[in-house]
Amino acid sequence: MTAIAAWKQSAREIASAVRAGRLEPGEAAAAGFDGPGARWEHDVHAVLASERSAREAAAASAPRDRALSGVPALVKDNLCTVDHPTTCGSRILEGWRSPYDATVVRRLRAAGAVLVGKGNMDEFAMGSSTEFSAYGPTRNPHDLTRVPGGSSGGPAAAVAYGLVPISLGSDTGGSVRQPAAFCGVYGLKPTYGRLSRYGLVAFGSSLDQVGVFARHVGDVAAVYEALAGPDPFDASSRPGAAPDVGGWTAGVRGLRFGWPENLWREGVEPAIVAALERAAAALERAGAVRVPFEFLPGRYAVAAYYLLATAEASSNLARFDGVRYGMRHRATDLGELYAGTRGRGFGPEVRRRILLGTYALSSGYHDQYYGKATAARTRIAAEYQAAFEHGGFMLMPATPTLPFLLGEKVGDPLAMYLSDVFTLGANLAGIPGLSVPMGLEPGGLPVGVQLLGPADSEPVLLRAARAIEMEGDPARIASAEEKEPAWPGSR
Amino acid sequence: MAWEPVIGLECHVQLRTRTKMFCGCPVGFGSEPNTNVCPVCLGLPGALPRTNAAAVEHALRLGAALGCSIRERSVFARKNYFYPDMPKNYQVSQYDQPLCEGGTLSVTVDGAPRAIALTRIHLEEDAGKSFHPERHGDRRLSRVDFNRAGVPLMELVTEPVLRSPEECALFLTALRRLVRWLGLSDGDMEKGQLRCDANVSLRAVGATRLGTKTEIKNLNSIKAVERGLKAEIARQSGMLDEGERVVQATLLYDADQDRLAVMRTKEQAHDYRYFPDPDLPVLIAGEAERERARRSLPELPWAREARFRERLNLPAYDAAVLTESRELSEYFEACAPPAHVKLASNWVMTELMRVLKERGWSVDDWAARVPAERFADFLTRVGSRELPGPVAKQVFAWLPEEPGTVSELLERHGVQVASGEDELRPLVRAVLDEQPAAVAQLQAGEEKPFGFLVGQAMKKSGGQAVPDVLRRLLREELAARSPRP
Repeated sequence: MTAIAAWKQSAREIASAVRAGRLEPGEAAAAGFDGPGARWEHDVHAVLASERSAREAAAASAPRDRALSGVPALVKDNLCTVDHPTTCGSRILEGWRSPYDATVVRRLRAAGAVLVGKGNMDEFAMGSSTEFSAYGPTRNPHDLTRVPGGSSGGPAAAVAYGLVPISLGSDTGGSVRQPAAFCGVYGLKPTYGRLSRYGLVAFGSSLDQVGVFARHVGDVAAVYEALAGPDPFDASSRPGAAPDVGGWTAGVRGLRFGWPENLWREGVEPAIVAALERAAAALERAGAVRVPFEFLPGRYAVAAYYLLATAEASSNLARFDGVRYGMRHRATDLGELYAGTRGRGFGPEVRRRILLGTYALSSGYHDQYYGKATAARTRIAAEYQAAFEHGGFMLMPATPTLPFLLGEKVGDPLAMYLSDVFTLGANLAGIPGLSVPMGLEPGGLPVGVQLLGPADSEPVLLRAARAIEMEGDPARIASAEEKEPAWPGSR
Repeated sequence: MAWEPVIGLECHVQLRTRTKMFCGCPVGFGSEPNTNVCPVCLGLPGALPRTNAAAVEHALRLGAALGCSIRERSVFARKNYFYPDMPKNYQVSQYDQPLCEGGTLSVTVDGAPRAIALTRIHLEEDAGKSFHPERHGDRRLSRVDFNRAGVPLMELVTEPVLRSPEECALFLTALRRLVRWLGLSDGDMEKGQLRCDANVSLRAVGATRLGTKTEIKNLNSIKAVERGLKAEIARQSGMLDEGERVVQATLLYDADQDRLAVMRTKEQAHDYRYFPDPDLPVLIAGEAERERARRSLPELPWAREARFRERLNLPAYDAAVLTESRELSEYFEACAPPAHVKLASNWVMTELMRVLKERGWSVDDWAARVPAERFADFLTRVGSRELPGPVAKQVFAWLPEEPGTVSELLERHGVQVASGEDELRPLVRAVLDEQPAAVAQLQAGEEKPFGFLVGQAMKKSGGQAVPDVLRRLLREELAARSPRP
């Protein structure tokens, strides 16, 4: 395997070449940056920080006999790393270096992966387009006039254009699954607590979950296997061993899956509805049984989500005050220090959500906002639970639209929030979801669908995704299986 | 008009655990600033808390000792407000679902026990410490030390049932004794290990409705609690006498100047925006944990105090002094000879405690030098008058200084204590031989000369004989000389 070819490979192919001594751990990483990847990065801007010396040191110390040995990986910039700055896409943390690695980063390194840098994101993961990064937006590699989705737009785009075979994001309301759908890659949000949050800079702590991007189902399984499991440093991590995903190729024969078609009768773009049909047909060809049912997961999910997520965020982001780290506004008194630092350090969307969340928790409004949202969340979780009586998993849209244009929604917060309508339910319910790419629609834009299952159903979701991958549509197979870059050939 | 104060206390007890409330940093006093810190207690991005089980056990034990009802599922909440010594700008505390509720702590007021009702006990984390401001040229500079940030705190809140500053001082003293007794805290107010805020309002004597309260913060010694409350009661009654209204406010007490300053009024009160901390699971205290806490309790101070009074027949004062600390009470019990309990109490309360005070020793420091058995031997000999007063004082002084039994000490220092019958019997016989007239009188049934004979014998011994022993030997020898009936 030549170095140039390495960057097109799957993570498992790279690791197996490294284990066999046919590839040096640093080669695949270097290939992504030195090959055509560098040209793409210039246009896409998926990466916030990548230091050659850090990449080389990471490659040199990577163990050569592990599941992900030598696999280059990008992690979202809200995951703490000792060898690159961690800014969360915000001015307030510009240049800040964590003295510790996030647990998932530690486990990624222990599995042999080579951390190559940090992925761009909406500031503090607040956004659905990566346009709210303080360091400039990421563009969709399939159409540079369009957004890659968000908030994990950088890690999604980097996997899509081929810089790395795998990357990590975080998903609080869809921030992995939505950009995966927009960029045409797989995006897994595991069960809440399954991947440690220690070292993931918190947005909405009860909703946040680290997620995985990859171009192949098998790579998602391999990364999940390397990272999942309890962490004594995260009291909210799920106790007990993670479910075994080794059987991701076992197929879906005889499995029933829910088909809540009422959800896309209106408001969902036809290309997405068509992709859902193709995914269902693929599952049926593989022997699964479609079970149509009416799913009404609460009219209040979006409202409940935005109340809870912003309430938690208003408290989580209080620590960014200029006292101990990050940006500090020079001031002569304490009030001015806080106001100056936070007013200038945070961008408009973060300020908006802190204000919303502060309001939702305020005395006199606490019960009617935070309290009601908590009650709604309990009901929504129960409705998802009940939905899985129709089948071991369900198929539904990941997003209501195809990738939108840069600037299209940036001035309309509500429209931006509604792009999470199909994803945030899984975060409220704490269940896993997997975005599955369905190739390109006739206009050349990626289109994806979403699989949802009950807690700990990651093995089933991966089996279903694999069945679709095997049976899937030729356009997508061409982009992934023939190891050609996933980006369109011309600009 | 006569006003009566109604006072409620909020006491913060710093727990003596090895590590902090939510991370593994050591809890220590006097380390270099910002050395006992980590990503968690510094509130670095991404860091998460994990609950210290030892701190929970401490709170469960206090709850069990005070008869609180313990919540099986209690919840950690975030109390949100900005301050530079609070790393996350929220404090993890407990709010509407605290670990312990109810319970009482009894204090003795004017000789009668009074049970002070408690509202709750909950766990929380301490903040760092601010030092301000320093002048640096034209700039003012504040410094923050985060060593204390995240140290486990227990907050104990009383109902508004305390009636005087003196009663508050007694309550704090009793609380301090208890937390030390249970090994939960060193309770040193000077080091901030026990801190107290007081809520106080006045009402007309006999009224049932509560008046407007103020909160006094920073009462950091028992004396400050008394004096701060006195000052505030005087201020409020002065206002009420003038027909003014008390304004709800938070006051700071400056112990050095004995002055109160308004920190903020109700309008400026914080909105803490409490909500359950999503980083921490519900704290479960099941029946097993509660039972373990109950079973781990030693005999409690008030029970021991009562036992000293009732079983050992000690005066109430003695019982109270001897149970001021668990170490003292245990040492006392181990050293007091059953036949000489009151004598042991006197020696411990006066001589032993004087030495502790003079030398700054703890009871354990003393016990390391004078183990209880050794002191018990000393007390037995004093009790049986084997060691007369002046000799006893001398021997007591040697005890912590030198090794050896009482007999060895006497021998080493060449002190003759004629206590043995063998030495005294010839001496008694000689006295009887020398005083035939007195012997005859005694044999005739007169008792008067007996004292004279004791005095003569004592003189012969050079004042070293034990009077009881002399008396017994005299009786025996007299009986031996009696003509047979």
